[in-house]
Amino acid sequence: MNMKTKRVDLLIIGGGPAGLAAACAAREAGVTNLLILEREDALGGILRQCIHNGFGLHTFQEELTGPEYAARYIARVQELGIPYECGAMVISLSPERRAVYVSRTEGIVAVEAGAVILAMGCRERPRGALGTPGWRCAGIFTAGTAQKLVNLEGRMPGKRVVILGSGDIGLIMARRMTFSGAKVLACVEIMPYSSGLKRNIVQCLDDYGIPLLFNHTVVDIHGRERLTGVTIAEVDGKKRPIPGTEQEIACDTLLLSVGLIPENELSAMAGVALSPATGGPVVDETLATNVPGIFSCGNVLHVHDLVDFVSAEAARAGEMAARFLSGEKTAGERIPLIAGNGVSALVPEVLSKRPEADVTFMFRPRAVYRNARIAVFRGGKQLAVKRARILAPGEMAEITVKQDAFCESEGELTVSVEEVGA
Amino acid sequence: MKRELTCIGCPMGCRLTAEFNGTEVTEVTGNGCAVGARYAREELTNPKRMVTALVRVVGMERPLSVKTEAPIEKRLVFDCLAALGAVAVAPPVRIGDVILENVLGTGVNVVATEDIGG
Ligand SMILES: Cc1cc2nc3c(=O)[nH]c(=O)nc-3n(C[C@H](O)[C@H](O)[C@H](O)COP(=O)(O)OP(=O)(O)OC[C@H]3O[C@@H](n4cnc5c(N)ncnc54)[C@H](O)[C@@H]3O)c2cc1C
Ligand code: SF4
Repeated sequence: MNMKTKRVDLLIIGGGPAGLAAACAAREAGVTNLLILEREDALGGILRQCIHNGFGLHTFQEELTGPEYAARYIARVQELGIPYECGAMVISLSPERRAVYVSRTEGIVAVEAGAVILAMGCRERPRGALGTPGWRCAGIFTAGTAQKLVNLEGRMPGKRVVILGSGDIGLIMARRMTFSGAKVLACVEIMPYSSGLKRNIVQCLDDYGIPLLFNHTVVDIHGRERLTGVTIAEVDGKKRPIPGTEQEIACDTLLLSVGLIPENELSAMAGVALSPATGGPVVDETLATNVPGIFSCGNVLHVHDLVDFVSAEAARAGEMAARFLSGEKTAGERIPLIAGNGVSALVPEVLSKRPEADVTFMFRPRAVYRNARIAVFRGGKQLAVKRARILAPGEMAEITVKQDAFCESEGELTVSVEEVGA
Repeated sequence: MKRELTCIGCPMGCRLTAEFNGTEVTEVTGNGCAVGARYAREELTNPKRMVTALVRVVGMERPLSVKTEAPIEKRLVFDCLAALGAVAVAPPVRIGDVILENVLGTGVNVVATEDIGG
């Protein structure tokens, strides 16, 4: 097939906060021939629909809404004259860094890139992944889909709402639906704790008297064409519904807020090794994947709570890609890290033998730990340690190891958490 | 009177118990640090919230996102939403444009948080 072909030094897939920050940083590091591809009609990613405030405290020292935060980076992209294409969906990527995208205005286009930054973000777990029975009727949405309907399209999904899962998107939508005139009857959480921020529980549920039911789940769904109600029940320690605890709630809408998964079909196509722990690419401390010249950042790498950290991580990916393009040798051998006690979704997951700078490890605590100690060990030697008053799965934790500590040690590296008492 | 609340100052989420006589908080317990005591005082005597909302755009299906420039009294949140429900703006609109001045006499303006049109 005779396809139009473009040649760029750096291709950035995804125009959300990660792609935008990566592009700016790469441009500032001297990369001039670059291109951002975004499948939606506008830049900004998921932030376009996050109209609530709470973004940017770290980056701009002020509290912005999602669209405002995105607008600052979009303005920067435009100032720097960085080329981008919206309505351009990347449909394939090869290990040789050849991408193909489909665009309404250009048709099918191939891009040969010197380096690629994967910044595709994540998507919500669909209801099929839930094992909830009988859900062919209308009225069941992921919380993010409902957010898009209400905030971007001005349509209301329904009037009487139950929310399954207490992730932040669900909490934010409980308030938004209430503001838009709906009645939110309950937020049902199967775990004994919420993965959402305390602030969101207080300001999105408690403020409006919306009950948050822990150790509860939806066990049945009623209605033929349109949802008419759900049955909820308490669960035991093994997450099995306890007979006799069922209650029926009449509602016309069920929102699912049960977690996010990085969107990595393209990464897999390009031969990028994916981590079962994060769902994202396995990267080293330079955000490089196992495929030379392919980097990854933002929610496609691991699900972040704060967009500020996405921007910071993405800027680093931009710099690293620029260094790769300027011909700097990439790290040779890489050593795997071990996610020790209490640590899951560790990023980076591998390390070059001789890191060239301090390395910050990010992870999700497996449970709630009070008076915790986070430590990095290598061959019995402690490289870094940090105390934390509280760690919870809902908030990403981090620890930094100084560069010289790596030089003075050998062997396996482990990051772990333990409770040490007051 | 005893009042229970959850501190949002950090992920500890301390359960606070405050002694509140209707005008003043005289005692706070359960707080892990000073932030909790301050939070309980403010939350009970003068609770405020930022309001982010949507307003209609003339000639368009999609709404415009807006926010209060500063937090307003919590008890006014729904009145503020109702006031915004009566607003329809004509594009083009730029980030920061005032959509509703001095909402409910609070001295706080409601401004656009995105660009629409032109
Ligand atoms: C409901 C919700 C509430 C949040 N609340 C807060 C908050 O209060 N404070 C805060 O700091 N953070 C918050 N966050 C987190 C923050 O929004 C995210 O961390 C951030 O948007 C992630 O940026 P990203 O660029 O990695 O992903 P995204 O924003 O998802 O951007 C990825 C982009 O890639 C595009 N894309 C994907 N695949 C392709 C393809 N094949 N071809 C072309 N383009 C593609 C997508 O269309 C999308 O635009 C919230 C997130 C959500 C969902
Ligand atoms: S009182 Fe202090 S420790 Fe407790 S939640 Fe508030 S800020 Fe955190």
